[in-house]
Amino acid sequence: MSIAAAIGDTIEDEPKPPPPSTNKGRKFTAYLLMLPGMLWLAIFFVIPLVALFMTSLQTPVPGGEVGQFQQTFSFSNYAETLTDDTYYIPLIRSFIYSGIATILALLIGYPLAYAIAFKGGKYRNLLLVMVIAPFFVSFILRTIAWRQILADEGPVVAVLRVIGVVGETGGIYPSAFAVIMGLTYNFLPFMTLPIYASLERVDPKLIEASGDLYAKPMTGFFKVTFPLSLPGVVAGTLLTFIPAAGDYVNAALLGRPSNTMIGNRIEYTFLSVNDYPTAAVLSFILMATILIMVLIYIRRVGTEDLV
Amino acid sequence: MAKKTDITKAEGDLYLENLTKSFGDFTAVDDLSLQVPQGSFFALLGPSGCGKTTTLRMVSGLEDPTAGRIRIGDADITHEKPYKRPVNTVFQNYALFPHMTIWDNVAFGLKRRGIKDVKKQVDDALELIQLTQVAQRKPTQLSGGQQQRVALARAIVNRPAVLLLDEPLGALDLKLRRQMQLELKRIQTEVGLTFIHVTHDQEEAMTMADTVAVMNNGIIEQMGAPTQLYESPDTAFVANFLGQSNLFPATVVEVDGEDLVLEDPDGSFRMPKSRMGRNVSTDRGARVLVGVRPEKINIAALDAAAAGPADGNFVDGVVEATSFLGVSTQYEVRTPGGEIINVFAQNLDSQDLLPVASQVRLTWKPIHGFVLDGRQDIEAGVEIDPDALVVS
Ligand SMILES: Nc1ncnc2c1ncn2[C@@H]1O[C@H](COP(=O)(O)OP(=O)(O)OP(=O)(O)O)[C@@H](O)[C@H]1O
Ligand SMILES: [Mg+2]
Repeated sequence: MSIAAAIGDTIEDEPKPPPPSTNKGRKFTAYLLMLPGMLWLAIFFVIPLVALFMTSLQTPVPGGEVGQFQQTFSFSNYAETLTDDTYYIPLIRSFIYSGIATILALLIGYPLAYAIAFKGGKYRNLLLVMVIAPFFVSFILRTIAWRQILADEGPVVAVLRVIGVVGETGGIYPSAFAVIMGLTYNFLPFMTLPIYASLERVDPKLIEASGDLYAKPMTGFFKVTFPLSLPGVVAGTLLTFIPAAGDYVNAALLGRPSNTMIGNRIEYTFLSVNDYPTAAVLSFILMATILIMVLIYIRRVGTEDLV
Repeated sequence: MAKKTDITKAEGDLYLENLTKSFGDFTAVDDLSLQVPQGSFFALLGPSGCGKTTTLRMVSGLEDPTAGRIRIGDADITHEKPYKRPVNTVFQNYALFPHMTIWDNVAFGLKRRGIKDVKKQVDDALELIQLTQVAQRKPTQLSGGQQQRVALARAIVNRPAVLLLDEPLGALDLKLRRQMQLELKRIQTEVGLTFIHVTHDQEEAMTMADTVAVMNNGIIEQMGAPTQLYESPDTAFVANFLGQSNLFPATVVEVDGEDLVLEDPDGSFRMPKSRMGRNVSTDRGARVLVGVRPEKINIAALDAAAAGPADGNFVDGVVEATSFLGVSTQYEVRTPGGEIINVFAQNLDSQDLLPVASQVRLTWKPIHGFVLDGRQDIEAGVEIDPDALVVS
């Protein structure tokens, strides 16, 4: 099944409508409607992508200044970058951090979405607004606020010191833990909202039917509610994992140099070292790896449980 | 403490005792009591919103009664969790699990109870509903009638002590519905389970059920065999809701032995006391409603009938409208007292059709009529049948 199908509505309540008629006029209208989107994609996605790819194959101008490159087709740029541990370690670290953050966001976001959908009652809309309320504050500001929260004088450390998880002088910021917390927090709404959307559409009659058919509430949840909410879970995990893997703000603001993620490396290589080809190579590798991981993920979930 | 009986294995008659359910200050089911014998086909019949679904939901455990008790045999299940009750439901819109195959849907209940031999039982159930060939499909790939049968199989396969069917045929078209009625009846006879079938289609209730309970505004108006309800309704609601009735107001003149002497604007007549419904007062001057079913009235041209005084009750009138229905002809006759009386006359000889404006005499045997309490709404239960509108 396709990515679009996983993110979108895969549970069909009705049989598919008959294929649209091949009427010429209608076809023309359909193309006309697609035109702006296609143009937009071409100008702002395809062309930069090609440009980026070309950049990734460039080599320095012999004897030139820093930041001067010429167009070549040096595919060895990829091999060199992939074998350089100053690059592939942050890449692996990115996937570990964003993977953990995605799991945490799922563990927090699913119950949250469930509670809003099934127990929210008349406060549903208010609760949903509260989920997206953080978006009214800039991403960077929110992340900086986490410094305060996790700082040595902050409330979290105070509590952790009392219960003895952290030593008298110990702290949790800056650290990998802080980066993962930041990622989890920042992408939680992207996890919660799609899950909420698919839970909200689960017919309560189906849950009643499972109880009627001898399923205890927990069993009913795992056999009926959860499988029916899988499209939301797939969408939510993708919307969390993909941007989190490429994120550099959280690592920059909440981590140490030893916690850098691939986003930070790309930024550094591009803006500070002015090594544009390597930055482009890293971007491409990141993109390709994410794409492969996502495809494997959707394939697995898709063939096993999705409708 | 005595060992608790295993609720999941309870069997016997189903008893609802003074069952009440209120939502806020609205009482959906009001002090309802009834007994459903084990193995019977019981129909709960009533108009929309009268509390049928609420009653079923209390039996299945999806709704907690405000007061009263529910028992299966000796086991009290009033506040038992739904998943512990030996009760299964065929839901109003089937509620099949869309992410599972038909086979898995049917196997769901058996698997939850850890039954061995799931495969054979599921296969048998699919055979019973004749859908073995679609076992591996998803519910959305079935027609409405097929989904309906799957919902039935999914419930029946568990052999519950009581099977609840909430308007299971409501979403089907008329023809398919008639077919499924026969099918349901066949399956019930075959498996011998107690069926409680909720419907607002009186014909469906009467053709299928051993016992029909007519429900209105959260109470049971009358309960009994279909013929008993039809021939001897207790209330105006039952008389009108089950089939058609001619009801006209009259007053009690006197009680003469086994007969009640009544009078109305068209004259006086006699009805046997044995034909009285609930709460009828026989005091002199008490108001009553007299009812006769349209098919029990004999209609004849006045000149032919006037040879002598008629046997039984009679009234003369003028034909105001006729409609030819094939098996019968429907006449609307206006009496001198201003009543409109409906008559269904069997079509024996089409030459005998009486034209509009003919003078006619209507006769009926007193034993074919019934007398009801005159303080009720004469129009109670008169309904426009939605199906009739669809077909015609
Ligand atoms: N959860 C609820 N909260 C408030 N009122 C309710 C609730 N459930 C049912 N009611 C009310 O109780 C009454 C009976 O409802 P019920 O669903 O039992 O009717 P019904 O006989 O099954 O009707 P239908 O034939 O339309 O299905 C209705 O007036 C309905 O509005
Ligand atoms: Mg109902």
